[in-house]
Amino acid sequence: MQAKKRYLILFSAGACLILLLYFGGMQTPLSKSNNRRDDRSLDGHHGSPQWHHFSGSLQPFSPWDQMETEEYNVHISPRQKRDVISGVYNGKRCRMDSCFDFSLCKTNGFKVYVYPQQKGEKMSESYQNILSSIEASRFYTSDPGQACLFVLSLDTLDRDILSPQYVHNLRTKVQNLHLWNNGKNHLIFNLYSGTWPDYTEDLGFDFGQAMLAKASIGTENFRPNFDVSIPLFGKDHPSAGGERGYLKYNSIPPYRKYVLVFKGKRYLTGIGSDTRNALYHVHNSEDVVLLTTCKHGKDWQKHKDARCDLDNAEYDKHDYREMLHNSTFCLVPRGRRLGSFRFLEALQAACVPVILSNGWEMPFSEIIHWNTAAVIGDERLLLQIPSTVRSIHQDNILSLRQQTQFLWEAYFSSVERIVLTTLEIIHDRVLQQAARSNLMWNSLPGGLYSLPQYSSYLGDFPFHYAKLGIKPRPKFTAIIHAVTPLVSQSQPILKLLVAVAKSQHCVQVIILWNCDKPLPAKHRWPATAVPVLVIDGESKVMSSRFLPYDTIPTDAVLSLDEDTVLSTTEVDFAFTVWQSFPERIVGYPARSHFWDSNKERWGYTSKWTNDYSMVLTGAAIYHRYYHYLYTSYLPASLRGLVDQLSNCEDILMNFLVSAVTKLPPIKVTQKKQYKETMMVQTSRASRWADPDHFAQRQSCMNKFASWFGSMPLVHSNMRLDPVLFKDQVSILRKKYKDIERL
Amino acid sequence: MCASGKYSSRGPALIPRMKTKHRIYYITLFSVVLLGLIATGMFQFWPHSIESTADWGLDRRSVHDAPLIRLPVANPIPERGDLSCRMHTCFDVYRCGYNPKNRIKVYIYPLQRFVDEVGVPISSTGLSREYNDLLSAISDSEFYTDDVTRACLFVPSIDVLNQNSLRIRETAQALAMLPRWDKGMNHLLFNMLPGGPPDYNTALDVPRDRALLAGGGFSTWTYRQGYDVSIPVYSPLSADVELPERQPGPRRYFILSSQTAIHREYRAELERLKEENGEALLLLDKCSNLSQGVASARKRCYKGQVFDYPQILQESSFCVVLRGARLGQATLSDVLQAGCVPVILADSYILPFSEVLDWKRASVVIPEEKLPEMYTILKSIPHRQVEEMQRQARWFWDAYFSSMKAIGMTTLQIINDRIYPYAARTYEQWNNPPLVKWSSVNSPLFLPLIPPRSPGFTAVVLTYDRIESLFRVITEISKVPSLAKLLVVWNNQNKSPPEGEKKFKCPECTAIDGLSLDQTHMVERSECINKFASVFGTMPLKVVEHRADPVLYKDDFPEKLKSFPNIGSL
Repeated sequence: MQAKKRYLILFSAGACLILLLYFGGMQTPLSKSNNRRDDRSLDGHHGSPQWHHFSGSLQPFSPWDQMETEEYNVHISPRQKRDVISGVYNGKRCRMDSCFDFSLCKTNGFKVYVYPQQKGEKMSESYQNILSSIEASRFYTSDPGQACLFVLSLDTLDRDILSPQYVHNLRTKVQNLHLWNNGKNHLIFNLYSGTWPDYTEDLGFDFGQAMLAKASIGTENFRPNFDVSIPLFGKDHPSAGGERGYLKYNSIPPYRKYVLVFKGKRYLTGIGSDTRNALYHVHNSEDVVLLTTCKHGKDWQKHKDARCDLDNAEYDKHDYREMLHNSTFCLVPRGRRLGSFRFLEALQAACVPVILSNGWEMPFSEIIHWNTAAVIGDERLLLQIPSTVRSIHQDNILSLRQQTQFLWEAYFSSVERIVLTTLEIIHDRVLQQAARSNLMWNSLPGGLYSLPQYSSYLGDFPFHYAKLGIKPRPKFTAIIHAVTPLVSQSQPILKLLVAVAKSQHCVQVIILWNCDKPLPAKHRWPATAVPVLVIDGESKVMSSRFLPYDTIPTDAVLSLDEDTVLSTTEVDFAFTVWQSFPERIVGYPARSHFWDSNKERWGYTSKWTNDYSMVLTGAAIYHRYYHYLYTSYLPASLRGLVDQLSNCEDILMNFLVSAVTKLPPIKVTQKKQYKETMMVQTSRASRWADPDHFAQRQSCMNKFASWFGSMPLVHSNMRLDPVLFKDQVSILRKKYKDIERL
Repeated sequence: MCASGKYSSRGPALIPRMKTKHRIYYITLFSVVLLGLIATGMFQFWPHSIESTADWGLDRRSVHDAPLIRLPVANPIPERGDLSCRMHTCFDVYRCGYNPKNRIKVYIYPLQRFVDEVGVPISSTGLSREYNDLLSAISDSEFYTDDVTRACLFVPSIDVLNQNSLRIRETAQALAMLPRWDKGMNHLLFNMLPGGPPDYNTALDVPRDRALLAGGGFSTWTYRQGYDVSIPVYSPLSADVELPERQPGPRRYFILSSQTAIHREYRAELERLKEENGEALLLLDKCSNLSQGVASARKRCYKGQVFDYPQILQESSFCVVLRGARLGQATLSDVLQAGCVPVILADSYILPFSEVLDWKRASVVIPEEKLPEMYTILKSIPHRQVEEMQRQARWFWDAYFSSMKAIGMTTLQIINDRIYPYAARTYEQWNNPPLVKWSSVNSPLFLPLIPPRSPGFTAVVLTYDRIESLFRVITEISKVPSLAKLLVVWNNQNKSPPEGEKKFKCPECTAIDGLSLDQTHMVERSECINKFASVFGTMPLKVVEHRADPVLYKDDFPEKLKSFPNIGSL
């Protein structure tokens, strides 16, 4: 009996349990019908009522006929409207549309005029550097009548009235400039504005409709697409070239000894003091090391607080550079002004900047996506900063760190870079629809090397194929540089022409006739499967071989000297290699540079060595964009030097391409006879036979290096050979067998 | 509930007859079950009970059931809106807090119908279909919270999408009445058609204190960069018309103009262009013989010839989007949908979502003044680029323009990215269409670095049980000067790795060289390749025909002068 009851109870308990489960199971469908939780259950969150999806009788926000009933046509003419704009929106509301005269840039393009320096005007070294960068750039014009943009020779960098660099009476000096025109189309550089105690962004003179290129500019004062925010840089910032970033190799995982560091002044009172005064809350003296000192200014003892002595002692214990190089993140808090030197220091050191400067318009914000290279913090959330930076995934750290290096080298490493970037930003505004895209500015090799006049399409540049998921067109154009008259049918140029034209990838051969003798008759050129175009070089100068000819329809250019000996197989192989490295020079004869420490200058060698840093353009394939860059980016002085010497054009091209890519060229394997033929050819009037030739090349190297500000060439000790090259397999299995055959 | 009732009617009859020990046991058991049932019941009905007290009830399906709020004439009006507002000055970031998901919480005010003292509503349309869609999308999204105390961003249910249907002063008063208004702090308003005749301001005229404005048709003078969000003007055709993506290929027209309210000066300019360039241009206008309404919105005419709109847009490479009275034009959305590259002529216009979208990849912006040069400018764009722009235009529409939901989510994501910038979506995420996402390569090691020799390298040797060849490898590799570390991965569970010096003997290791010659091995590896390719959705491997050798490899050159003389000597 007892057992029966027990079973009964057990059974009923079981029944209840089942009911319980059933009930629980019912819950979802029940709530589904009552609770409109259908969408939410997909999203995986629950428990909250939602906005009601009202159905039925709602009206559209804009009736069908409304747009047409707006009697737009009765309004004033758009032309008048545009004229009105410039009257209304000036001063703090200036924009390019209202305060800039585009018509000045129409006829001569984007030319920049620098006022002549007046005697007796003092000028800081930084401002001198700025002006000389402009004068050395391809934008410079000495004729104000051609100019689109004007730059003052009055030093406006330091507008802190307490500073010794402060230029007095700027207001009247500026008003007296006869080209001033209320500042229209003028660009004013400034690093410091305002003074103690409130550090306003006032420049102390009326700059009218001039644009500002200003450091520490606040978002409230910044006129978007009109002003340019520049970084704060010190007087010892290199004028050109500049140091490279400190990152030598990527370490994985990317963590360094410290997570976050800072070392700098602490302002006890006044503007900008809050954040730095609060840093000690986050300092943990282990991996978050934020050190401040009160010891600055004359009477710091007067204001010092209870923490000062302790802080000062800690501060002196640590070496700033050691911290900079061993930290993953570097704090960049505002100082008295919004920008601080810490920013560029961190950027160069590959220490990801953590910005704490509310309202700071980041340097070159118009073109740089700072989220990819820095952490933009909020001063109000200082206490969250450690957990924020710790939460950043190591993949992101790796990419942030690399981006700091790219940006540093592309836009910040020297005064010249900063100035050129500023000018290019304004240039882009003038170009309007033909301006660079975001991607050009924010990915290698950066905006200064991506000239938008060449094309605004990323796929026309050699750098972005992988990013866009496209490939260069599998064809090339050969350009043969002819300097000797055509006298015999056995001349190497004819053999070369036939061999190149036979390549399956060749679509056209251009013969650049840089010989003083008249063009040979058409029938003297051998018949080929591809069109042969003979261009009679107008100026007969060396640089003309790198002109961006419209008649080059392909991405790839095969550049050849007339005495080059190449087989079709060699050309084909070099071209397939180039397809994998479209941004580099791929070719045959290689040369090397070295630092001659006895003479303290760069040396050039053509010896067979274990490495190389140049591939001569007498037999090389590269992207046609480099023709454009050579002609438009390099200053006339360097191109003139090449033309005058009739030498070094290949060295200059190698300098240029390596400066852009930061990579060495690529040498591919060649038939061994090449070298011997080169040696034999001394009988002809080859420029290689000239004894001065070599010495000239030495001196070119040094001139180029000084213009680039550093040595861009990079060594390589790799040669690319066909996969089965000289392997012990049947020659019949080899695709490029001719390369091995002698 | 019924289960517990059934149980309790049985319980008392059974329990008295049992032994105390059992009784206690069963009572405990039953009460646990009972409690469980009650708890389940509670859990189930809990939301219902809350809902009934909520401001907008479950069964209120009609807008007319929303509570009616009367606005006293003397109610305060917010300030006009501060042009200097930025996130760090006008936005309370503490409300968003630190959260591991880095996601803001958005609250939507319950619907109320505001009327003035005499009972006239503040808006002629009330809640519009589009605004309802927008709010519904937000409430369905992960941003949504119903907990007003946890919210970081507040979205009023007062519909201000179209200023034309609003009474400015009363709408402003209604905003100020919102319980959490607090000078508009952290409030987000959506407006697509700002301003009104005759001047058509480029931002909503309703005074709104510090509220953020997601506005269509901002000009550079009203847009507060980094604070406001520029949004598109939604085109109702988006929902009505399905246009399949047009495949690349030649199109009938080069430039097409489809807008009907074009200023006569601009229409004259366009006609002049048409005269010069003939068939390449198609200038459409409204059809004079059709009545107003939906039907007329779907037709365009040229000299009596009738075209279907927006289908006709697909027949052109470029489509003109000229400013009207307002800078923002719904036509932009239609044009993008058709995969036609918009040619935008609207000086000072802040393009939709320009904070994150790279419009250079999808459009051509030409100053109004240069309208006469439009043809030449467009002709200079390479064909490959035009095709890419067409694809990009369509992708922008799909992702960011196609519905009120898309517009709303993009707006919230942009604000979210500002509040959690370190977790923001990247340029690539915003701008790369799916096709590019799959075919492009974004190397995680993108910086061209040629590492110095000093840190050397680490060798990782994977081994199973071929000890002899392992030792051969180790001996060889340890001769390399730049070897920093050697790591052997013992990949054999059945044997323990050899220890110390003894390991050099390995009797059972016969030289089974050429494991890769094994037939099944090759088949397996082929299968692997197919499997991987199918998972990747594409074959990521690329074929090259070159090999890297030392510069002087196999050259006729003294061996001792070569850096790497031993390569190839095996």
